[in-house]
Amino acid sequence: MELNQLTAHELLAKLKKGQFVLEDILNSLYSRIQTVEPKVKAFVRIKAGERPVLNPSADALLGGLPITIKDNICTAGLNTECCSRILEHFCPPYDATVISKLKNAGGSIFPFKANMDEFAFGSSTENSYFGPTHNPWNLTCVPGGSSGGSAAAVASDEAIWALGSDTGGSIRQPASFCGVVGLKPTYGRVSRFGLIAFASSLDQIGPITKDVEDAAILTGIISGYDTNDSTSVNKDVPDYTRSLGKDIKGIKIGIPKEYFIEGMDSEVKGVIQEAISKLKSLGSILNPVSLPHTQYAVPVYYIIATAEASSNLARFDGVQYGYRAHSDNLIEMYKKTRAEGFGEEAKRRIILGTFVLSHGYYDAYYLRALKVRTLIKNDFDAVFKDFDCIVTPTSPTPAFKIGERSADPLKMYLSDIYTISVNLAGIPAISIPCGFTKKGLPVGLQIMAKPFNEEMLFRLAHAFEQETEWHKLKPKI
Amino acid sequence: MKYETVIGLEVHLQLKTKTKAFCGCAIDFGKTPNSGVCPVCLGFPGTLPVYNKEALSSAIKVALAFSCQIQEFTKFDRKNYFYPDLPKNYQISQFDLPLSRKGYLDILSENNVKRIGITRVHLEEDAGKLIHELNSSLVDFNRAGVPLLEIVSEPDLSSPQEAFDYLTNLKSIIEYLDVSDCDMEKGSLRCDANISLRPEGVKELGVKTELKNMNSFKGVKDALTFEVSRQNELLESGETLFQETRLWEADKGVTLSMRNKEGAKDYRYFPDPDLTVFIIEQPMVLRIKAELPELPHEKMHRFMRDYALTQYDAKILVSSKKDAQFAEECIRSYPQKDKKGIVNWLIGPLLSEANSRKLNLHELDINKTELINLIGFVEDGSISHLSAKLALTQMIDSQKPAAVIIKENNMLQISDSGELEQIISSVIQDNEKTVISFKAGKTNALMFLVGQVMKKSSGKANPKVVGELIKRRLTDA
Amino acid sequence: MGIDKKTVEDVAHLARIELQPSELEKLSRQLHDILGFIDQLSSLDVAQVKPASHILPISNVLREDKPHVCLTPDKALENAPGKSGNFFSVPKIIE
Repeated sequence: MELNQLTAHELLAKLKKGQFVLEDILNSLYSRIQTVEPKVKAFVRIKAGERPVLNPSADALLGGLPITIKDNICTAGLNTECCSRILEHFCPPYDATVISKLKNAGGSIFPFKANMDEFAFGSSTENSYFGPTHNPWNLTCVPGGSSGGSAAAVASDEAIWALGSDTGGSIRQPASFCGVVGLKPTYGRVSRFGLIAFASSLDQIGPITKDVEDAAILTGIISGYDTNDSTSVNKDVPDYTRSLGKDIKGIKIGIPKEYFIEGMDSEVKGVIQEAISKLKSLGSILNPVSLPHTQYAVPVYYIIATAEASSNLARFDGVQYGYRAHSDNLIEMYKKTRAEGFGEEAKRRIILGTFVLSHGYYDAYYLRALKVRTLIKNDFDAVFKDFDCIVTPTSPTPAFKIGERSADPLKMYLSDIYTISVNLAGIPAISIPCGFTKKGLPVGLQIMAKPFNEEMLFRLAHAFEQETEWHKLKPKI
Repeated sequence: MKYETVIGLEVHLQLKTKTKAFCGCAIDFGKTPNSGVCPVCLGFPGTLPVYNKEALSSAIKVALAFSCQIQEFTKFDRKNYFYPDLPKNYQISQFDLPLSRKGYLDILSENNVKRIGITRVHLEEDAGKLIHELNSSLVDFNRAGVPLLEIVSEPDLSSPQEAFDYLTNLKSIIEYLDVSDCDMEKGSLRCDANISLRPEGVKELGVKTELKNMNSFKGVKDALTFEVSRQNELLESGETLFQETRLWEADKGVTLSMRNKEGAKDYRYFPDPDLTVFIIEQPMVLRIKAELPELPHEKMHRFMRDYALTQYDAKILVSSKKDAQFAEECIRSYPQKDKKGIVNWLIGPLLSEANSRKLNLHELDINKTELINLIGFVEDGSISHLSAKLALTQMIDSQKPAAVIIKENNMLQISDSGELEQIISSVIQDNEKTVISFKAGKTNALMFLVGQVMKKSSGKANPKVVGELIKRRLTDA
Repeated sequence: MGIDKKTVEDVAHLARIELQPSELEKLSRQLHDILGFIDQLSSLDVAQVKPASHILPISNVLREDKPHVCLTPDKALENAPGKSGNFFSVPKIIE
């Protein structure tokens, strides 16, 4: 195996033993990027000859190992543009808290940022100003979104591991489309300071990795209380690697009936059912449960998320940073800058979000959505009284073709149907590879747990992973 | 028809905390533009607000000083609008659950106490500063993010004078709390007014006019005075008024209409998801209440009670906290039980000296012990009141003790009857005609004779004693 | 409840986004469909339900009134599309 094909924990072990040096790992990555990147297009703004700043504290936990960062996480001195024209050339003067934590742990920030749907608006990475990323398992398909670049890079071994962000499924869904592991931590577990906001009450940063152990290591590093983030929770971060290697006998798993409905791809259904059987064979206790307000999750999400986004994106106006359209008068400058700087999906969401907050509509839309959000959260609270976790498919379909859904926003929004409730309830969830369709497209299994119970996710996910080989398979590019 | 005036005032107060509302930038004006800023107050992408503990504490103090009810549960909301001095294109403010409500401020006009209702005191952040050039505008964000309090009065003010009194009383209270510089010229206190006229006896409010751009308390009064007159004229001539905003042009002495194309603004308020709610519990409120300093009206009543001052005198002395402290120290040092002696000096000559030197009372460079000595010299007849006033000026200028100034200027009066009788005899002898006039009942004659004695004694005779002696001499004879 | 072209135009103005006529046309149709989909929420009885404006049960997060190091004007203005000396510069504001 080439170095770039290994997991982070394998590389760290080898580095410790002195079998290789950091430079070897980098060379391996660069060589891979040279070969496959023209087909996958996982990265943006690649500059030939640019090398990462190797972290001087290379003897720390991460030994200088490079990590790929999604283009909406601020990295000091390295352009962060959310793959949008309106933030072109933006170079933040500060690091996101997760970046500081990675550096303190000895991680090196990879100089090329991962492609994404502009401002995280999307489920396919087709909304990027730099063009779409291609799924390494089938280059005519999308990698999922919005963290499609991160997931594709990890799947194609152009990255050892990566960070993404998840507002409605943007880590989990691309992880499932690309056959890798993706975790969205509990809301408040990881600091949002430095994550360019989409929906403030839903966003979280999380790991996208080749296996569960890497996800556990990375989650442990990026988690923790941050005084710069008022929504960050002051709770100790456990050593998540201690959850690995445990059996799952007697773990009570709920299977929500609302997630197995008409319209679900029959192949996906088959793969998931097999995976569920596997969990049962490992000693867990499965029972059907109900999350009665599941069908309302997508409409609630598209009110709350777009409302918050419309306000969060108001600052992109050409005044202090980014793209500015030419005009002699301010209001025209605002309007042209935002018309020319934002892509179609961004404009659609901003206008929808502005509408649901506007005078006369606030009660009927925004306020009502906040109330239904409570009902959705209550559904989960009720189930978690009697169950340790909930297992569902990550996505109703495998990766769809590039261009297949881009003309129909509503159809695109429905891709998130299984992942969205998790963000609304603020609970943690992980997607792990659990099989393939006949056409060789990955299928992901989603596990959800109570707030701040990421340990349950790692325990269950690792147990499943160790009994299967899905995570070891690589796309043939 | 007679119309009555209805006025409400909206005051914005800058709190003088060390740092801004939502970030740790030190508040320091007069600095180089854009040097007192950071990614948070600039609204850079990815940044998050965390509220200043001291600002909250100061805000509660103000609310309590105005006898407001503190909301147990309060939150921040986003007020969304676009303007270049607003970094995020929304202001963090409070909408439906403000920090406090339903307070009051008593103003003392003449001998009446009028209670002006205070609708609410709430928290917000300040915007940056705009400088308009010929073809562009320049923005300085040093002021962006400074913590503000908005204090809204009920429309209980009935005249421009009452509005003026409200502002001076408000400033006095805030000054006592020491939470703001409340300087209208420097911008730490800003005031907008709402005025409407209605026929006498009618309950409904008339059409509201908003007035802005007043830069001093006097400016507020003048602007309102102009408006009352302008609106009266229009109403008398049968015109209908429409709701508008007008700017006060101080140098022209008129208000001018702002062309209002936008109509009612839709701020799309919604709870700020980046900040937590605040639960203000009773123990915290009681603790802050116990720590409140003695407020102006409390001090006034205490002065009236403890030192037998009139309300009029007491009011003057307590208007400024430091002046009140200075005055009280003088009063305490004054040996007589009846404090009228020192109070008259404070309100009379001392205040005069302060005004002519453009200083506040407490800033006068006068030694309190020497002041008391000086007053003692007047009270025991050693010097005349007039001499004492002159001595005071010199004492302040030279810092020399009272006794020294009196000696240097030969101010000692002759009060010894023995000495005086001699001069009196000589004057009586020389002014037979006047003596006859006095005996005939002309009281002016006495004054003339006293004047002659003063002349003969080079002004050193104690005129009071002289008068007594002459009267006795001439009446007896 | 759906949305008509005039409303979309008004909302676009509130959001300071200039829309071309073709965009306005397309967007109005799409938003109308999306809102139609969202309307299923109106069938729920939420009268007694509290709104979840904050999903975390935390409150009173405050910070100490202590100063930190500020940016220099150069750093603050580094990304500015328009500047003049130490100021950000924007086109003239015409009411």
